[in-house]
Amino acid sequence: MISKGATRNSNSRRIKFARRFVSALLHMRNQNPRPGSLSIEGSVRTRSQRIKIAAYLSMAQAVGSRRAWSRAVLSKLGSRARRHMRRMGRSSLGSLKKKRVIRSYSPGELGQAKKLRQLVPGGETMDICSLLEETAHYITCLATQVKVMQTLADNFSK
Amino acid sequence: MSSRRSRSRQQTGASRNITDEQIADLVSKLQQLIPEIRNRRSDTVSASKVLQETCNYIRSLHREVDDLSDRLSDLLATTDTDSAQAAIIRSLLSQ
Repeated sequence: MISKGATRNSNSRRIKFARRFVSALLHMRNQNPRPGSLSIEGSVRTRSQRIKIAAYLSMAQAVGSRRAWSRAVLSKLGSRARRHMRRMGRSSLGSLKKKRVIRSYSPGELGQAKKLRQLVPGGETMDICSLLEETAHYITCLATQVKVMQTLADNFSK
Repeated sequence: MSSRRSRSRQQTGASRNITDEQIADLVSKLQQLIPEIRNRRSDTVSASKVLQETCNYIRSLHREVDDLSDRLSDLLATTDTDSAQAAIIRSLLSQ
C-alpha cells in the first residue's frame, strides 16, 4: 500500500530523527543538570521535559520546512524562538495568535475539526483540506517518533 | 479533475474552492492511518467519527511521548556511559 518512494522517505526520516534525538540525549547526559543551573535559559525544566522537547524538535527538524506542522513546531521550539522568548520576557506565541486568518469552512466538519486544530501544530490557521493532509503526515511522524523512543527505552533497560 | 461545483461556489475573500469529494478523499486516507478504525474494518465510518478517533489517537500518542520521556529521563540518570552507548547502538541496529 505504501509506495516504494514513501517507504524510502519514511526510513530516511526515521534515521534523521533517531540521529538528532540520540545526540540530544547524549548531550543531556554530559550536562548533568541541577535545578539551579538551568536558570540561564530563563526557565527551569526537568530533564524529562527537555527530552520531550528534544523529541518533538528532532522530528520537526528531520521533516524540515516542507510541512506546515513542522514549520510551526520549529518556530515554537527552535533556538531562535527560545532566545526571542528570553529577550521579550513574554511568550512570543501571543503575537502569532493575533493574526487574522480567513478560513474556508465546510459545514459538518466544524465540531471535530476545532479539536483537531488544537492538536496539530499550526492547525489553527489552516483550511480544512490542509488540516486533514497535515494531520495525516503528523500522525505518521508521531508514530515513528514513539517507535524510536520505545526502542531506545527498551534497549536501555536491557 | 473537474471542479465545476467548486468554481460555482467561489467567493471573493474566503475562496471556497474545496469540494466535498476532496474532503471525503482526505478523510478516507486519514482513516487508514488510525489503528482503531483500521482494525475494526467496517467500511461505513462517518467523517465525524474519523476526526474524533484521530483526535483520540493524537492525544494517546502525545501521552506515550510523555511517558517515554519520563522513562528515558530515569534511564539516562541511572546508566553509565558505556551502557548508554551500547543501548543506542543496539537501538539503531535493530531499526
